[in-house]
Amino acid sequence: MLEFFQYQFMQRAFIAAVLVSIACGVVGSYVVIKRIVSLSGAISHAAFGGVGLGYFLGVNPVLAAIPFSIISAMGIGGIRQITNISEDTGIGILWSVGMAIGVIFINLTPGYAPDLFSYLFGSILTVNNTDLLIMLTLDVIIVAVVYIFRREFLAVSFDEEFSKVVGLPSLLIYMLLLALVALSVVVLIKVVGVILLIALFTIPAAISKQYTYNLRKLMILATIIGIILTSLGLILSYIFNLASGATIVMVLAAAFVISYYLKD
Amino acid sequence: MTLKAVEINNLSIKYNEQLVLKDINLSIEDKDFMAIIGPNGGGKSTLLKVILGILNPDNGGVKVFGREPKKARDLMGYLPQNLDFDHDFPINVFETVLTGRYHGLFKGYTKEDHNAVWHALKDVEMYDFKDRQISRLSGGQMQRVFIARAIVREPKLLIMDEPMASIDPEMQHSFYELMSRLKNKMTIILVSHDVGAVSTHVDKIACLNQKLFYHGPVEDSANGLEEIYHCPIELISHGIPHRVLREH
Repeated sequence: MLEFFQYQFMQRAFIAAVLVSIACGVVGSYVVIKRIVSLSGAISHAAFGGVGLGYFLGVNPVLAAIPFSIISAMGIGGIRQITNISEDTGIGILWSVGMAIGVIFINLTPGYAPDLFSYLFGSILTVNNTDLLIMLTLDVIIVAVVYIFRREFLAVSFDEEFSKVVGLPSLLIYMLLLALVALSVVVLIKVVGVILLIALFTIPAAISKQYTYNLRKLMILATIIGIILTSLGLILSYIFNLASGATIVMVLAAAFVISYYLKD
Repeated sequence: MTLKAVEINNLSIKYNEQLVLKDINLSIEDKDFMAIIGPNGGGKSTLLKVILGILNPDNGGVKVFGREPKKARDLMGYLPQNLDFDHDFPINVFETVLTGRYHGLFKGYTKEDHNAVWHALKDVEMYDFKDRQISRLSGGQMQRVFIARAIVREPKLLIMDEPMASIDPEMQHSFYELMSRLKNKMTIILVSHDVGAVSTHVDKIACLNQKLFYHGPVEDSANGLEEIYHCPIELISHGIPHRVLREH
């Protein structure tokens, strides 16, 4: 039964499952309670522009996605400050423009883009040591930033206007939160891909928030649930020889439905 | 001469090219208890947000205890109108009120802050609910928690946007009881569209519908109610029966 643990790619895949679950548990909790799921979806799709840029420049696409997704996140967060374009419209535009930029960069890159599919739909089995190192580093940054600014993130997520009145730099904190979303997106790209990753962002936190009303516990619970479900998806995809990213998403969705009915 | 709590001069503000407030001149004395009344869309909330420094006026100026609003925030407590947050939001009553004691980046909450929260929760008689998740309260209870959050930093100016909106009738009494205790300690401005309920408790009234039509003591307004109700407020229903309002 446990024979697949002998394979190195499997060991790496499980480590990756843990690392993505940390990013999802921590940042995903904010995404769900602050209701910025679709905004996060836009940031994740926009990150594909960075992947394309990476191909074009011949650098690691995951690394190229970091500045790209952070800039998109800042753009979308700032749009309602400087224009009267609604955030909803901005989300729609960014969502597809980011993807389009990625596609054009890949067009411009000579030759065939070998593992393009894995950036779109994820491929946890091809995660290499560099990817793991990037994911680990970003996780450390994410957890540290959240720890330092936990009071601010809580206050801004709950009531942005009131936070401003008590002298909290609301906009700055909101932007920082979006930057964390962008970094988490990068953590997740290799595992579930830009198109599917929003499920991993939202579902563990959405399940967990039915069981706790404490943010710290919510993050821990969401991380644990993320690890269990992602690993389960990974095992099932191995057994049935299915695409790993899609299988993980289906396991998450099934768990969400079950937990919803168990709750009542 | 004591410093005025709020001093507004020739204030105008536009929103989406629409003039929301026009040539507002208003001064509020320290320890005043004032209600701003007027129809929906008359700019009441906007005026509060200008005082709070959330919105910037296009013309004119605002001073709060002689300072720019943004510089006077440590003196102000704020109760927003209906809040929209996730039903399962992971925050309890105590944590909610604690956010009212925020000091700044990298500064944690102290023992003193915790004591202030206990005090504020006792003031609004919500101490027994301190560990309750915020959505697991009735509308009136939640409102009291938000009042606690507004007064927890012991402000000199308490600003409340429609505090009565989600309070059930039997709670109105305890709300005004709380206000009468607070008004010795701080200036209070509240916005309401329910003049009848408000006018028996507050000391001063300002009537706002894009322009300021009247402001002054409630007693004087009793004789010249006509003056106040120049603004077409069909909302003024409770206190003044059978009054036919002129279209302005």
